[in-house]
Parts: sequence; structure tokens; C-alpha cells
Amino acid sequence: MTGFLQNTFNGLVSGAFYALLALGLAVIFGMLRVVNFAHGAFYMLGAFGAYVLLAEAGVPFWWALVIMPVGLGLLGMALERAFIHRLTRLDPLYNFLLTFGLTLILQDLVKGEYGVRSSPYAAPAELNGSVDLGLFDFPTYRVFILGFAVCVCVGVWWLLGHTRVGMVVRAATERPELTRAFGINVGRWVTPVFGFGIALAALAGVLAAPMRAVNPLMGADLIIVVFAVVVIGGLGSIFGSVAAGFGIGLIQAWGEAYAPAILAQTLVFIVMAAVLLWRPAGLFGREEAPA
Amino acid sequence: MAMRRTAGLAAASAAVVLVAGCGGGGPQASGDQKLTDDKIVLGVLNDQSGVYLELSGKNSVKAVEMAVADFKAKYGDKAVTTNISVETADHQNKPDIANTKAAEMYDRRAVDIVLDVPTSSAAEKVADVAKEKQKLYFNIGAATTTLTGVKCNRYTFHYAYDTYMLANGTGRSTTEQGAKNWYVLYPNYQFGQDMEKSFSAAITAAGGAVVGKDAAPFPNTSGDYATYLLKAPTLNPKPDVLGTMQAGAELVNVVKQYNEFKLREKGVGLAVGLMFLTDIHSLTPDALAGTTYTDAWYWNFDARNREFADRFQKETGTRPTFAHAANYSAATQYLEAVQAAGTDDADTVVKQLEGKSIEDVFLRNGKIRAEDHRVVHDAYLAQVKPAAEVTEPWDYVKVLKTIPAAEAFRAPSADCKM
Repeated sequence: MTGFLQNTFNGLVSGAFYALLALGLAVIFGMLRVVNFAHGAFYMLGAFGAYVLLAEAGVPFWWALVIMPVGLGLLGMALERAFIHRLTRLDPLYNFLLTFGLTLILQDLVKGEYGVRSSPYAAPAELNGSVDLGLFDFPTYRVFILGFAVCVCVGVWWLLGHTRVGMVVRAATERPELTRAFGINVGRWVTPVFGFGIALAALAGVLAAPMRAVNPLMGADLIIVVFAVVVIGGLGSIFGSVAAGFGIGLIQAWGEAYAPAILAQTLVFIVMAAVLLWRPAGLFGREEAPA
Repeated sequence: MAMRRTAGLAAASAAVVLVAGCGGGGPQASGDQKLTDDKIVLGVLNDQSGVYLELSGKNSVKAVEMAVADFKAKYGDKAVTTNISVETADHQNKPDIANTKAAEMYDRRAVDIVLDVPTSSAAEKVADVAKEKQKLYFNIGAATTTLTGVKCNRYTFHYAYDTYMLANGTGRSTTEQGAKNWYVLYPNYQFGQDMEKSFSAAITAAGGAVVGKDAAPFPNTSGDYATYLLKAPTLNPKPDVLGTMQAGAELVNVVKQYNEFKLREKGVGLAVGLMFLTDIHSLTPDALAGTTYTDAWYWNFDARNREFADRFQKETGTRPTFAHAANYSAATQYLEAVQAAGTDDADTVVKQLEGKSIEDVFLRNGKIRAEDHRVVHDAYLAQVKPAAEVTEPWDYVKVLKTIPAAEAFRAPSADCKM
């Protein structure tokens, strides 16, 4: 029983990363109708930035947790203005190619400067111990990640549900043309929303630095699963992406613990295929109204 | 200084060639020295953009270039030829690309010997190409024992290490030192599965037991190993040591999380299947302090290694891994064999190499086994020092014991039919 609870807890921690990344993708897709393939690269930049800040400027983890999302969010906004914005009228495939190319460029820039080996990054001392959760001990850092990610997800949900910006974003996500027809300047919000999605990826990256290998390719593997998460949750569905993020984390952890090795590897994609067969728009997505 | 000398030498030899050419002698003029073409080309085929970039990659090309320069400096105008060049290609760790690139090197780029080739599946493909083209191939970067087993052939030599050497060194020594019960964690692909088999065999042979083993997904997209790390201390009997067969970035993930879950404090030690100097650098010595592993070569083992490491650092700005030193050694020994044979004809060079005993900066008590072309040499059981004991950059390891060449590698396999 303890073992099962531990695995569950772990699944939620992995899920927290998926949820943060999927949430950013969902927000961006909702507003821009762009599948941001560069999301994994920004996750990597978040982690790498935290490392560079610490190694070269002595900036601690807590500051990195603020600096990286803000900095990369601004970079994201600049990229949106400079490139992505110009392609939104065209076939979505163009932006897919653009963001994929961006991924390769960002990865190679980091690779050129720091090489492919992983860089060392330690958790802040105050999160180094374990917490007694009654039935078992758990590393403090993991408990912190879970708590932090849940707070961020709830925060974003509150923002979307209870603020004017949130209302515009939700409306524009559901019916962009109609929203415009009501005289709301949707375009004004596109760039900040893109930056916000990128900031979430950067945040996940900083959180990952102390427990994952920090190297230029760290986002490339992860992003494949995150796309599966987004598809399972329903493209553009905010709640769906978060729920699917935690759900997939749990399925992976349980799979590794209780399923045969070969199945654990493919479980996510089996679930994705099943969901697509049963509900092509994803668990929480809705079929797009014909334009 | 060294560079100026080399440049001077090159200019001098160019002059010699020019004079010889003007004299109307032609390439065949100088007695019994006959090359199949008028040059020797060494081809380094390895990963120059992916996960093995640092542990071998472009710096191995540098190492081979150092070997060529040293060879020219040693023999001067007595060298079989001074027209020696180094070609290189990136195989991206993909077997199909390795296959094409190796064939292209042999056929179109006049390469006489292919060196390095990490990644077992790619290494096997190149062994087939070497056999078909009847050209030499020294594998350094790959671990699979199939190169001296089912894939062995007249033109393929396995130079630096293999899964047996790693398992025998780490698995056997650690068990003999009292860590009887093992939990083995391995990535679920060829290398991982080979390593698991080799380790389990070595552990059992030394009187230990594998109380649990798990295949982790490969690549592990979640980057998380918590499931296995939580399971380890709860096994019955409790394992004394966790043997992880993960490599590169995955190894970094395992070790970070091993520390996070405080397994050492819970009485589960750590042994690593395959680790390079660059991995220890990534993780910092403190994250690995006390971890044992088997090394094929260590830069600060003795004065001779150190002298090479100093020269290597001047060229590349970093300390050499065992793969770098092995590439240097392999290129040197190939050139020496050509020099001794007086020709680069592959079959003659193979005869020159087979059974040869070698002592150089990488090979200690080295011998090229004629039966299966395994190059045997001393290996080392190494332990990572705690940061407090690290007195200079990159000096992360102390050698616990030397595993003699005769014991370090497996006996020739019956699978190998030359």
C-alpha cells in the first residue's frame, strides 16, 4: 500500500511537469491556433538559464525561478512579433515548421556554447531534506514541485475565469471571429498570451534543473509526451491539458511499477490512440465549429 | 613550438617529395615501400552532434591527428609515407548512416582504416562493411561483445573496452568486496540488455545475487526513475548496491535522483556500468562520491598518461577520456604496423597486428588476440573521490586496483569464426 502511494505521488510529480508544459501549449494554441513545437526548447532554456545564472553570476534557484520565466517570456513575445505573427494567416503547417526550426536553432546554439554534456545543478539547500508524510518519507524538493505546480495551475485557472484578460482569452479561444465582431481587440492579447505560455515552459525548466539532467536535448524527448498529453486532454482545452498532464504522469508511474517493461514504454501512446478513437477531439476538447 | 616543428617537418617532407618527383622517380621508386595508393588515410567515424560528442566526438579526431603528427615526427623521412591524412564523418549514432558513411569512406575517400564508431548497433554495421570491403576497422567507442563474437571478422578489431570488461571489473570486484546483493537497473535496448546479462553473470560467478532487476524505458521520456529508486530499499533481502547501466544524460538522471531519495543513507551503495570522465564532470564528484566503476584508462594514473593528457589539453582545452586516449593509441598502432609491414595492404597489416604485444600510453600489457581480434590490456577499478579530495580540475577518480589484462577480458568466444 505504501509502495502504491509512493508511486502515485511520483506520478503526480512527473505529471506536474507535463501539466505546466501542456498548459502553456494549450493557452498558446487556444489564442493563436499555433502548435508551438519550440515549447520543449524553452523548457530546456529555462533549465539551462538557471544553470548559467548560478554558475556564472551566483544567482540562486529562487531568483532563477522569477528571472527565467520573465526573461524567456519576453523573448517569446519578441519571437511572436518577429516571426510567428506573420504566418498565422497561413496553413498551420507553416508555423509548425517554423517552431520546429526554432527548436533546432535554439538547441544548437546552446550545444555550440556549452556542448552536449549535462551541466551540474543542485537543489537549494532548504529543499534538500525529506518530508515525513505519515506513511513514508518523500524528498522535500518533490513535495515542493507538486505544491508549486498545483498553485500555478490553480492561479492560471483563476486568471482565466475571473479577470477581463481571462474572459477575452476564453472568448477568443472559443470563437475568435465572433469575439472580434463584438469589438474586442483580440490581436492585442495574442503576443502577451504567447509570452505567458513560454514563461510557463521556462518555469517548468527551472523546476526540472535540480532533478533532471540539464543538457541541450532535455526538452526534445519530453515534448513528445507533452504533445500526447495535449492531444489526450483536447487541443486548446485548459482544464483538459492540466488533467491529462497529471493523468499521464500517474499512468507512466504505475506502468513502470506494475506493467511489463515493454508496455510501460508505450502506455502513453496506447492511451492516446484509444482516446483518439473514442473521442477524436480529446477527453475535454470540443469539435471545432465549421468556420 | 611543437606546431612550428611539425610545420617545418611537413615543409621539409613536401620538398623531399617534390625533389623525388622532379627526379622522375615516381611513387614506386623507393625500393620495397609500396602503398596501395600513394597515401594513408585514417577515417574517424563517430558522433559529432549528439550524446557522445564530448566523450569522444571531435576531440577523438584531434587525438588521431596528434598520433599522425607524432608518427611523422618519429620517423621523419624514413616513414613509409608522409602523405597521411585524417578524414572524419558524423554517424549520428544511427546504424544506417554509419553503414553508408563507412562505405563512402572506404570507397570514395580512400580511407584505409575506420576508427572509433560508438553505439553498438552502428558498430556492428561497420564491421559488416569492413568485412565486405576488406579494409581495416578498429572499434573503440562501442561496448558490444558481438564485435568479437558473431560479428567478428578478419578486418575488425575491438580496441578499448566491452560489456564483459565493465561487468567483470565492477560486478565481480564489488561483489568480492562484500556487496553481495544487487539491484540492477538497465535501459531497455541492446546495450542495456547486454550489460544486464554480463553483470548478472559476473555477480553470480563471484558469489553474489541479483535480488531484483528492472528494465527502464529507453529513451526514458519522463526522465524519472523514482519508481525504481523507491523500490530498491524495499526489496527482500535488501540490496547492498544499486547497479545502474544507464549512460550519458540518463545516468545523470539516475544519480541525481539516487541522491534525492538518499539511497546511500539507506544503505544502498551505487555502482555504475559505464561512466566517462565527462559524466563525472557533469554530475560533480560530490554527487558520485564513493561510486565504483571500471575504467579502461585514466588520465592521471601515472606520469606517462599525464604527459599525454597535458599535450591533449593543449590541443583541445580539456582532459582526455579513455576513448580519446584509445583513439590516439589505435591510430598510432595502425601506423606502426604499416611502417613495419612496409605497405598499407589490409591483409598484410592484419598479419602484422595479429598476436602482437603492445605497450603504449593506452595499452598496458596490451596484446592483439589473433583468435578474435580482441585487444586485451590492463583495466582499472576506479572510485570517485569526494569533492574535498579533488585537488585539481578533472582529477575526480582514484584507481582502487589494476585488473590485469589476462583477467580483464573474456576468453575468445566460440561464436567468433574468422
